[in-house]
Amino acid sequence: MSAIAHAHAEDHAHDDHGHHHKETFITKYIFSQDHKMIAKQYLITGLIMGFIGIAMSLLFRMQLAWPGESFPIFEALLGKWAPDGVMDADVYLALVTIHGTIMVFFVLTAGLSGTFSNLLIPLQIGARDMASGFLNMLSYWMFFLSSLIMVISLFVEAGPAAAGWTIYPPLSALPMAQPGSGAGMTLWLVSMAIFIASSLLGSLNYIVTVINLRTKGMSMTRLPLTIWAFFVTAVIGVISFPVLLSAALLLIMDRSFGTSFFLSDIFIQGEVLHYQGGSPVLFEHLFWFLGHPEVYIVLLPALGITSEVMATNARKPIFGYRAMVASILAIAFLSTIVWGHHMFISGMNPFLGSVFTFTTLLIAIPSAVKAFNYITTLWKGNLQLNPAMLFSIGLVSTFITGGLTGIILGDSTLDINVHDTYFVVAHFHLVMGISALYGLFAGVYHWFPKMFQGRMMNKNLGYIHFWITAICAYGVFFPMHFVGMAGVPRRYYQNTAFPMFDELTNVQVLMTVFALIAGLAQLVFVYNFISSIFYGKRGPQNPWNSNTLEWTAPQEHMHGNWPGEIPHVHRWAYDYSKTYENGEYIIPGQDFVPQHIPLQENEEELNH
Amino acid sequence: MTTLLVLTVLVLVAIAIWQLTKIFELSQLRVDASRSEIADDSDNRTNGYLLFGFLIFIYGITIFSFAKYTKVLLPEAASAHGDEYDTLMWVSFAVIFFVQTITQALLHYFGYKYRGEKGKKALFYADNDRLEFIWTIIPVIVLAGLIISGLYYWTNIMDINDEDDPLVVELYAQQFNWTARYGGEDNVLGDASVRLIDINRANVLGLDESDPNASDDVIVKELHLPVGRKVNFYMRSQDVLHSAYMPHFRAQMNCVPGMITQFSFTPTITTEEMRLNPDVVEKVKRTNALRAQWAAEGRPDSDPWEFDYVLLCNKICGKSHYNMQLKIIVETEEEYNQWIQEQTTFAETVTVANTTAQPETSDEAITAVTETEAVVVNE
Repeated sequence: MSAIAHAHAEDHAHDDHGHHHKETFITKYIFSQDHKMIAKQYLITGLIMGFIGIAMSLLFRMQLAWPGESFPIFEALLGKWAPDGVMDADVYLALVTIHGTIMVFFVLTAGLSGTFSNLLIPLQIGARDMASGFLNMLSYWMFFLSSLIMVISLFVEAGPAAAGWTIYPPLSALPMAQPGSGAGMTLWLVSMAIFIASSLLGSLNYIVTVINLRTKGMSMTRLPLTIWAFFVTAVIGVISFPVLLSAALLLIMDRSFGTSFFLSDIFIQGEVLHYQGGSPVLFEHLFWFLGHPEVYIVLLPALGITSEVMATNARKPIFGYRAMVASILAIAFLSTIVWGHHMFISGMNPFLGSVFTFTTLLIAIPSAVKAFNYITTLWKGNLQLNPAMLFSIGLVSTFITGGLTGIILGDSTLDINVHDTYFVVAHFHLVMGISALYGLFAGVYHWFPKMFQGRMMNKNLGYIHFWITAICAYGVFFPMHFVGMAGVPRRYYQNTAFPMFDELTNVQVLMTVFALIAGLAQLVFVYNFISSIFYGKRGPQNPWNSNTLEWTAPQEHMHGNWPGEIPHVHRWAYDYSKTYENGEYIIPGQDFVPQHIPLQENEEELNH
Repeated sequence: MTTLLVLTVLVLVAIAIWQLTKIFELSQLRVDASRSEIADDSDNRTNGYLLFGFLIFIYGITIFSFAKYTKVLLPEAASAHGDEYDTLMWVSFAVIFFVQTITQALLHYFGYKYRGEKGKKALFYADNDRLEFIWTIIPVIVLAGLIISGLYYWTNIMDINDEDDPLVVELYAQQFNWTARYGGEDNVLGDASVRLIDINRANVLGLDESDPNASDDVIVKELHLPVGRKVNFYMRSQDVLHSAYMPHFRAQMNCVPGMITQFSFTPTITTEEMRLNPDVVEKVKRTNALRAQWAAEGRPDSDPWEFDYVLLCNKICGKSHYNMQLKIIVETEEEYNQWIQEQTTFAETVTVANTTAQPETSDEAITAVTETEAVVVNE
C-alpha cells in the first residue's frame, strides 16, 4: 500500500506547480487555460446567447398570436424592420432562423456540452486539467468569435440570414430570393465555420482527456455517466461536424464562386441563372448528416447530467449502469444513420425513406430503456428534491412526451401529412429543446458551488424558476401538437391567409401567453445566477453528499484541481445507500461512499 | 383591447413572481438566517406534493387539449390512401397515449411517494436483467408492428405508376404562387425547362414549343380534379425549394429546382360533398362566427368563408411563404370534363401572346405578367 502511494506521489510530484507562477488578470480571467475558468466562460457566453435566442422567440410568438398588430417593443427592438411597430415578414423569418441557430448551436451545443465537459471531465476523472489547455482556450475563443460574428450579422443592412436554421439552398444561396441571403447569410456561414472548428478542437480535447488522463483505478466502467455522455458526444461531434463544414464550404462556393453543387435550373426575377447540375437534395443530405447527430450532441450531455443528478439526489445507484452506457453507445451509433428521416418527402428515392424509417424507429429502443431506467432509479429512493433534481425529473417527463411523438414523425407514412407543420415544432422543442435546457439548468444548479467557490444558488428562487418553467413548457408545446395536426405549416409569418386556420388563433394566443410567462421566469434564474455569484451562501465542500471526485477538490479554485496528490478511485460512482448484509451503511452514519474510499472489509463490490 | 388585457395580465404575473420571491426571501430570513440552500424535509414535502400536482396538470392539459382542440383537426381524409393513413395515425396515437399515461404517472408518483425524509433509507438497487430485458423487448415488438405497417403503406403510397389511367398534372412552384398544368387531350405533359421560359411570349413555364405533346397542355391557376380518378402529380420549381402540401388528401411532396418530384393519390370526396360533412359544416359555422366578429371590429379580409380544399406551400421559400396557395376543386367526372373543355391550351395562349406582344410593347407584357402574379399573391 505504502509502496503504491509512494510511486504515485512520484508520478504526480511534478504536477503540483500551480501556485508557483503569478497569474495576471488577463491570464486568469480572459486568456485562461484552466478548464474551470473556460467552463465558466462557455456558460456565461452560452447564457447570454440564450437570452438573445429566447427573446427572439418571444417576439415572433407575439406576432403569431396577434398577427399584424403593432407593438412598441417591435419598433424599439427591430427598428426599420417593424415600421409603425408592425413586424415585417422578412424579419419574422430572420428571427425564426437566428433563434434556431442560436439555441441549437450556441446555447445547447456550446453552452451545455462546452460548459460541463470542460468543468467535469478533468474533475470527475481525476485529472489536473484537459490534455491541452491551450487548445481548450483556443476552442473557447473561436466559439466567442463565432458568437460575435453571429450577433454582428443581426445588424447587417439587408438583415440577417432568414432561410431557416437549416439554410436549404437555393433560398440561402440567392440574394435575390430573399434579402437575408446576402451579407447576412455570408456572416452566418463564416460564423458557423468558425463554430465548427471550435467544436472540433473542444471535442478532440475531451476525447483525448477521457482516454488518457483518468486517475488510477478509474476504469471506463467506473466512469460516472456524465463522462460517458460527454465522451460519446465528443465522438459524435468529431464524426459529423466536419460534414457540416463541407456543406457550408460548398455553399460558400456556390454563392461566391459560381459553382453548382446545390443549384440547378433556376429562373428568378426574370432571368435564368447559369447554375446547372447541382442538387439541393445533396445539401439536405450533408446538412442532416450533422443535423441529426446534432440532436444527440445536444441531448446526451443533458441525459448524462440527469443520470448523475438523479442518482445523487435519489440517494440510490443509477439503475442499470451498463444498460445506460450501452444505450448511449447505441444512440450514438444509430444517430449517424437516421438523418434521412428529415427528408422523406424531399424527393429522394422512397426506398431510402424505408431504410431510414427502420433505423429511426430502432433508436426509440435505447431511448425507452433510458427512460425506464430513470423511473426505476426513483423507485424506493430517498429523493432530495433540490432544484437540480426537479429539473432532472422534468427532463425525463419532457423527454418521454416529446420522444413519443417521434414515433409518428419517424414513420415515413405518417410524416407525409405532419412534415414541416407545428407538430414537428412541438416534437423537437419538447424532446431536445426543453429537455436539453432542463439538463443545462440541472447542471447549473447542481455544480454551481463547484464553479463559484462553494457559493450556492438560492433554492427557493430555483423552485419558482422550475415550476413556472415546467408548467409553461407544457402550456406552450402541448397544444402545439394540435395546431400541427390541423395542418398549420411552420415558418408562416401569419396564418390569416387561410380561413381554415382562423379558429386556431386562440390556441396561438394561449401558447404565446405561456411563452411570455416562461420568458419572465427565466429572469428569476438570471437574477438568482448573478446574485449568487456574489452573494450566494457558501455551502459545505460536498453539498449534495455526492460520490464523484469533483467534490473532493477544495472549494477554492486552484490550478491543478487538487493540492498534493490526485485521489485514486476504488469503486464506481454510484455507491449510494449501500449497506452490509445486516443493513448497516458501509460508512456508519453516512449513506454514500465516495469513489476514492477503498473497499471496506467484508464489502462486496456490487455493481456493474 | 385583448392585447391590453393580455399585457396587463403579464405585468401582473411579473409583479406576482417578484413579490412571491420577496416573500420567500423574507420568510427565509425570519425563520432561520443560517438555513442552507440544500433541500430539507419541508422542501421535499412541498415539492413532492407539487410533483403529484404536476402529474394532474399533465393529465389536465391533455384532457383539455383533446376536449377543446379535437374539433380543429383536419376532417376525414379525402383521398383513397388517406383512410389507411388516418387509421395508422390513430393506432400510433393509442400506443403513444397508453405509454405516456403510464410512464408520466410512474415518474411523478415516485417523485411524490419517495420524497426524502431525514433518516429514511433508500434501497440499493443497481440492476435487474429481467426488468431490463422486458423493457427492451416490449418496445421492440411494438415498434416492429408499427414499422411493418408503416413501410407497407409507404411502399403503396409512393409507388407511382401508370396503372388505372391516371390523370397527369404538373404542379409548378415559384415565389410565391402555384401553377397547374394538365397533359391535355393526350394526357402527356410536354417537355419543359426553365431555360425556355419566355415571358414576352407568355411561355411562363418554359414549355418546349417544338414538342408536340406540349401544344395541348392546359395551364391554369386553379386545380380541378375528377373524383375517383387517380392523379399523378409531377412537381417542378423554378427558383427555390417549395413543398406542395395538400393536408386534406394527406399528401405532400417537395418541389426541387433541377428535378421533377412525384406524388400520386385518388381523390374520393368532391368539394360539394365535403362541404356537407358534419365536421366541416360545424367548422365553417364556427369560423364564420369568428369572422363576423372580426368584420364588426373592422378587420379587413373577414368575409364569410366557404370550405375549399387547398394546396399550401410548406417549405420556407421567402417573404410571402405564408401566402402561397392554390385552390383545389374536386368535382364529378362530367363537371371536370366540362371545365377542362373551357380552358385554353398552351398553343392557343402562346400564339395569342405572339400576335399581340409586338417587340415595342414587350415591356407592357412583362408588367402585365408581373401584375397577374401580384394579384395571385394578394389573394
